[in-house]
Amino acid sequence: MNTQPSQTVTGKDRYKSGVMEYRKMGYWEPDYTPKETDIIACFRVSPQDGVDPIEASAAVAGESSTATWTVVWTDRLTASEKYRGKCYRVDPVPGAPGQYFAYIAYDLDLFESGSIANLSASIIGNVFGFKPLKALRLEDMRFPVAYVKTYQGPATGIVVERERLDKFGRPLLGATIKPKLGLSGRNYGRVVYEALKGGLDFTKDDENINSQPFMHWRERFLYCMEAVNRAQAMSGEIKGTYLNVTGATMEDMYERAEFAKELGSCVVMIDLVIGYTAIQSMAKWARRNDMILHLHRAGHSTYTRQKTHGVSFRVIAKWMRLAGVDHIHAGTVVGKLEGDPATTIGYYDICREDFNPMRLDHGIFFDQHWASMNKVMPVASGGIHAGQMHQLLNLFGDDVVLQFGGGTIGHPAGIHAGATANRVALEAMVFARNAGRDYVNEGPTILAEAAKTCTPLRQALDVWGNVTFNYASTDQLDYVPTAQVAG
Amino acid sequence: MTSETGEAPAAPPARINLAEEFAQSGVGPVLQQLDDELIGLAPVKQRIREIAALLLVDRVRRKFGLTSQAPTLHMSFTGNPGTGKTTVAMRMAEILHKLGYVRRGHLVSVTRDDLVGQYIGHTAPKTKEVLKKAMGGVLFIDEAYYLYRQENERDYGQEAIEILLQVMENNRDDLVVILAGYADKMDRFFHSNPGFRSRVAHHIDFPDYNDADLLAIGEKMLAGLNYKLSPAAWQALAEYIAARRTQPHFANARSIRNALDRARLRQANRCFAMLDAELTIDQLMTIEAEDIRQSRVFQQQENGA
Amino acid sequence: MRITQGCFSFLPDLTDDQIESQVQYCLDNGWAVNLEFTDDPHPRNTFWEMWGLPMFDLKDAKGVLMELQACRKVYGDRYIRLSAFDASHGWESVRISFIVNRPQNEDGFRLERMEGRGREQRYTTRAYATDKPEGKRYS
Repeated sequence: MNTQPSQTVTGKDRYKSGVMEYRKMGYWEPDYTPKETDIIACFRVSPQDGVDPIEASAAVAGESSTATWTVVWTDRLTASEKYRGKCYRVDPVPGAPGQYFAYIAYDLDLFESGSIANLSASIIGNVFGFKPLKALRLEDMRFPVAYVKTYQGPATGIVVERERLDKFGRPLLGATIKPKLGLSGRNYGRVVYEALKGGLDFTKDDENINSQPFMHWRERFLYCMEAVNRAQAMSGEIKGTYLNVTGATMEDMYERAEFAKELGSCVVMIDLVIGYTAIQSMAKWARRNDMILHLHRAGHSTYTRQKTHGVSFRVIAKWMRLAGVDHIHAGTVVGKLEGDPATTIGYYDICREDFNPMRLDHGIFFDQHWASMNKVMPVASGGIHAGQMHQLLNLFGDDVVLQFGGGTIGHPAGIHAGATANRVALEAMVFARNAGRDYVNEGPTILAEAAKTCTPLRQALDVWGNVTFNYASTDQLDYVPTAQVAG
Repeated sequence: MTSETGEAPAAPPARINLAEEFAQSGVGPVLQQLDDELIGLAPVKQRIREIAALLLVDRVRRKFGLTSQAPTLHMSFTGNPGTGKTTVAMRMAEILHKLGYVRRGHLVSVTRDDLVGQYIGHTAPKTKEVLKKAMGGVLFIDEAYYLYRQENERDYGQEAIEILLQVMENNRDDLVVILAGYADKMDRFFHSNPGFRSRVAHHIDFPDYNDADLLAIGEKMLAGLNYKLSPAAWQALAEYIAARRTQPHFANARSIRNALDRARLRQANRCFAMLDAELTIDQLMTIEAEDIRQSRVFQQQENGA
Repeated sequence: MRITQGCFSFLPDLTDDQIESQVQYCLDNGWAVNLEFTDDPHPRNTFWEMWGLPMFDLKDAKGVLMELQACRKVYGDRYIRLSAFDASHGWESVRISFIVNRPQNEDGFRLERMEGRGREQRYTTRAYATDKPEGKRYS
């Protein structure tokens, strides 16, 4: 598809008034080699019927940088060539007629340092409603080290989080408090206490638990910290609960976060819907106040789930690592929520690696260096239970928070028992893996062996042993082994 | 084998195929490597084969429950310096590993100074550090008799000896010890320390190389470095060996290597002196007789030393 | 009670063979194994006493077990933990840590409350053991 040569009009003709095709205005540059310092985006472009794909891709490049629908003389007051987004490559998507991968490079000067709000306004702020496109999806982005270094990055990071909690060598365990809504503060605290005492490391507020008539936020914080401290004294381990500080305004959020700090919490939580600006503010606050910052990706599925239109979650994950969160929900594969294994492993790599090599089979389109930026702890939450421990450990390794909400609170013998069942299952599986057993295939046997000395685990396996969630994923990769190398 | 705990012996089949057991163990290639690497040493190689056979049969017997006691594997290698003791120790470690007698098969090579401290309280941790690193493999102690300095009251070697003896007895599954050194000094050492003698199962003596062996070793060393001897040089080397042997501090193969290093130095300088001439690759590769005959060994011989 | 610090505290106490299997995993990963002991079990007590130096360059777990036996002889009355350190870029930290020895009686912790304004409370977790001086806590 790269066979169309450059059609850029140069000289006086370029700035004559009137409408000109985007590919003639300099937005299609097949001979351009992206600079080390360029930001690169890969879009999945679905042009309307009859629209040339190169023209559509050039239009995306234009409308996400300097162009408008007609020629403007004021362009000549600028070094306009530098500021144009340059589409340098367009490939048809294998097996999906009418869809194309367009690679567009943007000069570093187009962006403000350290601002996700600016980055997203630039790349996705204008172009997605464009009429000549049937659909458009931002698949992946490459950030040069020069740009990465302008961000704080995760306030704590995986290594320091573990050092603070003094927990090494296994995944961390959590649970979202259920029911989602309706508990009063005191009863909420009871659930936290039982779960932490039973053996979990963390409990979590749900994304919509902020401050409602059935429970004011201060009540929740006070009772939760009572529970955390009691559980810590009962077990001798450091415990925490993600106190959700999401609020209507930044002022509200700071007030809530400060209170959490006063009460001695080691972690606070925010929802994605507070917006990129608020997230970066909270990341800065978290770093200043030695707080772990947990992010719930509330609302992302509205735009990440469909293959043809929206923003892929891998881009959101990259933005969030730059912005500075310490935990991010990244999918479970085997639980109740959407997520294909190969793409999910791609998200986890983005969170945890210092360098992501291009891997089309994981949906990673570009080599991405993170320049020693702290790593984000991915969180696997949603419909998982102790009977899947071997699969979870195999998929995700040690550096993940496994959250078993229903899987703890729904245990027939109570919350404490549910927590213990999960913890014993996890420790037994980690032990078996380290000792060299084929834990992936022997998983159920290992769990049954551990259950011999742990009744709660026996009960959990009896109740949930056969539960799985298998539906076809709506967002799978278009990777075929012969696909071309990305720029 | 040594890490199997409490496994019931297999029921013995009617016929046992030792050749198959041998092939499976992978010991064959190691013995072959020994043959290829080391020139001469026929009695040593023979002994190694015998020990390998013993260990293989013992392993099979153990498999079928005929034996339950782990065999004693500690050894002593006696002989002059440069007779191949360290090389053979490395191959032995591999053989022991392939037959399952040591878990990791690495070799840790030490002398007295690595084991014995200079002040009180220094020896035990030093020895223990070495032992920790050697666990799962073979500990090779060169000139082991220096551990025992009877004349010096304040010598701390005794402590190291005691620790070693204990480990050799109690950790036979974890570690094999090979003591090495001159034959006569080892004899005296064993005499004064009967504890060691009783723990060593195999004594192997490494005879000096004869002149023909040393010449072959020399050629092989040079070939490995992409050098060769001219016919006159070959003759010169043969005479060198005969002469050098009679002089003090003769260290067999090591002396040959030192001599060849010096010959290479002289060859390089000779070539360098021919600056204006253009040399062929062959000239760069060839050691000439003069490169060898310049050695002091010949002058001393002339002087009747 | 039983403090549940470390990676395997919810499993029955590990046998020496089980400890060896975990140590071998650490050595195979190229991590340096370390033994530490303490009689102050507070979860924020980060710096336990070191038994010797971290053991670099070991190939076989037996060497570590020897040190553990020696440590138990002297400090078998208190908590001993085994941890493994990864010096590679991006980690430079502990990768696994678990308890390998416990005192006979674990009395646990008292939760002290200091009341503040309104409903505010300041919590302090205090180990009963630390009521006695160091060295005399568990014997």
